[in-house]
Amino acid sequence: MIEIRWHGRGGQGAKTAAMLLADVAFFTGKYVQAFPEYGPERMGAPVTVYNRIDDKNIRVHSNIYQPDYSIVVDESLLEVVNVTAGLKRDGAVIVNTNRPKEEIIPHLHGYEGELYTIDARKVSMETLGKYFPNTPMLAAVVKVTKAVDEETFLKEMEGSFQKKFATKPEVIEGNLAALRMALKEVK
Amino acid sequence: MALQAKDINEKSTWQEITEGNQIWEPATSKHFNTGEWAKDQPVFMEEKCTQCLLCTPVCPDSAIPVRDKKRLDFDYNHCKGCGICVKACPFSAITMEGVK
Amino acid sequence: MAKRERLSGNEAAAIALRQINPDVFPAFPITPSTEIPEYFSKFVADGLVDTEFIPVESEHSSMSAALGAEAAGARSLTATSSCGMALMWEELYVAASDRLPLLLALVNRALSGPININCDHSDSMGARDAGWIQLYAESNQEVYDNFVMAYRIAEHKDVRLPIMVCQDGFITSHAVQNMELLEDEEVKNFVGEYEPEHYLLNPKESMAVGPYGVSNYYMESKFAQVQAMKNVKKVAVEVMDEFAKMSGRQYGLFEEYRLKDAEYAIVIIGSAAGTAKDAIDRLREEGRKVGLLKIRFFRPFPGEEIAAALSKVKVVGVMDRAESFSTQGGPLGSETLAALHRAGNTAKTVEYMYGLGGRDIKVEDFWQIFDELEEVGNGKTVDGYQYIGLRK
Repeated sequence: MIEIRWHGRGGQGAKTAAMLLADVAFFTGKYVQAFPEYGPERMGAPVTVYNRIDDKNIRVHSNIYQPDYSIVVDESLLEVVNVTAGLKRDGAVIVNTNRPKEEIIPHLHGYEGELYTIDARKVSMETLGKYFPNTPMLAAVVKVTKAVDEETFLKEMEGSFQKKFATKPEVIEGNLAALRMALKEVK
Repeated sequence: MALQAKDINEKSTWQEITEGNQIWEPATSKHFNTGEWAKDQPVFMEEKCTQCLLCTPVCPDSAIPVRDKKRLDFDYNHCKGCGICVKACPFSAITMEGVK
Repeated sequence: MAKRERLSGNEAAAIALRQINPDVFPAFPITPSTEIPEYFSKFVADGLVDTEFIPVESEHSSMSAALGAEAAGARSLTATSSCGMALMWEELYVAASDRLPLLLALVNRALSGPININCDHSDSMGARDAGWIQLYAESNQEVYDNFVMAYRIAEHKDVRLPIMVCQDGFITSHAVQNMELLEDEEVKNFVGEYEPEHYLLNPKESMAVGPYGVSNYYMESKFAQVQAMKNVKKVAVEVMDEFAKMSGRQYGLFEEYRLKDAEYAIVIIGSAAGTAKDAIDRLREEGRKVGLLKIRFFRPFPGEEIAAALSKVKVVGVMDRAESFSTQGGPLGSETLAALHRAGNTAKTVEYMYGLGGRDIKVEDFWQIFDELEEVGNGKTVDGYQYIGLRK
């Protein structure tokens, strides 16, 4: 079982990204869970969202305390939240930032596992013209976790976007471009 | 045959009472002689009555039967003796002890 | 043919309701149940159901309208949570005593205060004496399946009682999980048409609902409700067996998990049972004889059957997600202990309160509970009523 914890801020789409990841994994035949840690909804407040992906039915209904992967959608959270709490040594943390890794490491509370970075702002601005971090972050998660094969991922996401953006098809290509670019931009 | 209200009384067992105390027929108040509650009841003096029928609609217990456009004597099984009809009658065709 | 899906518990409930296509659905929104009428009203707008959907001004009204519609002869329901249910209080009792088999989609959430939107069972447990059938679920699949079965149980001529189909707020209602859906036709045929013998809109029969019941009738009326509730057990088992033939998923009044040879067992309701099962599997690998009894029907409470299922267990931990302020434990604890006592079962018991107001419960918490139950089995004396995860 792969367990993933997302750290975002209310309104950034971390929940949507987790739901999309679950969708993609589901379509490749996996068992999935996607659920947010709910509280009063406040734009900008730190939010935590979880994914479980497994080959067999998932029964556990608790939050995730020892995730395999921690995804930081908003790097300002590094100052506020211990994003590596309980994170497994052989897992990884993925941070949305344009800064070099050396500048991120001091915020990881001594975490000894892998650190990956992606500049989701750059990807989003270049492909979508606006800042939507969740689409590039989703691609980064797929790249790092290998929860889903990349080709399958892109194929499934195309179908998913066609459904989601049925009323505004002009954004579909931009979102797909964001995914493709993000897959290459993960460091 | 569904249970009828007339067959249900204070001696009925739990099995002999309808589900949810529902009543499955109309006009079950006929079975309930509210006339027993009356201390006094009005008296109808047919000779003074002009059949104007002003008394009938004001009776809260529908205790003034009407047939062929004419009122009949009181239904004393259901008249509670409120005296409203006495007040409504313009021809003093209804009297009742203590009501003017 | 089953259709593989991944849905939240609320989506699953709404889809089951679409397949059932009820007649009347009045609703007023409250977190975390809001999505059920929200999804459903879209089905109405899209013409996928011919349900009369009524947006009302309060939960007092939604339950009043639902029970009025049910009395009129319509298959009806509403949805709510927490304080929304509290505002329905009076009508809950009216629906049950008038023997109107409507459905309440209840997404469990703590009652205030302190004000809180997260899961516990204080709303439905508070209404446990209202005369409703109460059915709980561990997973999104079970939520869906319970909805498909609910009307068949409630509307059965030997029952005719309203039914509360409960799920854990957010934990299942807002979590997306794998599940299997039945075909629309299968559900339609399974649930069937609602054909009440007596109903207000029948032009051939005059009818009165909810008359005054003086002292001379009141106790007989209540006893009749109790008998109907007793009948639920037999009817529910028949419906669940028939459901199993269609779906391949067999349910009972409660679920026994690795309980046959268990010496230490917990009794629990809802989503935390899934977490407990993972904990039990791990302990079983270590050779420990632990198991679980998951309540599905809390009303009626299958006390005799539960006592029989626990007859070989040395120590029973009963886990409540609703405070009762008896200072003795929660409602499930009281009922389980009463059932054990009545059956002459002298197993030791410990009552645990967990998960109030959305407090998370983990696999590790269950390990500790089983550790303690074993210690009690070995003669240790512990506090018979404890809070799990309490800071102290």
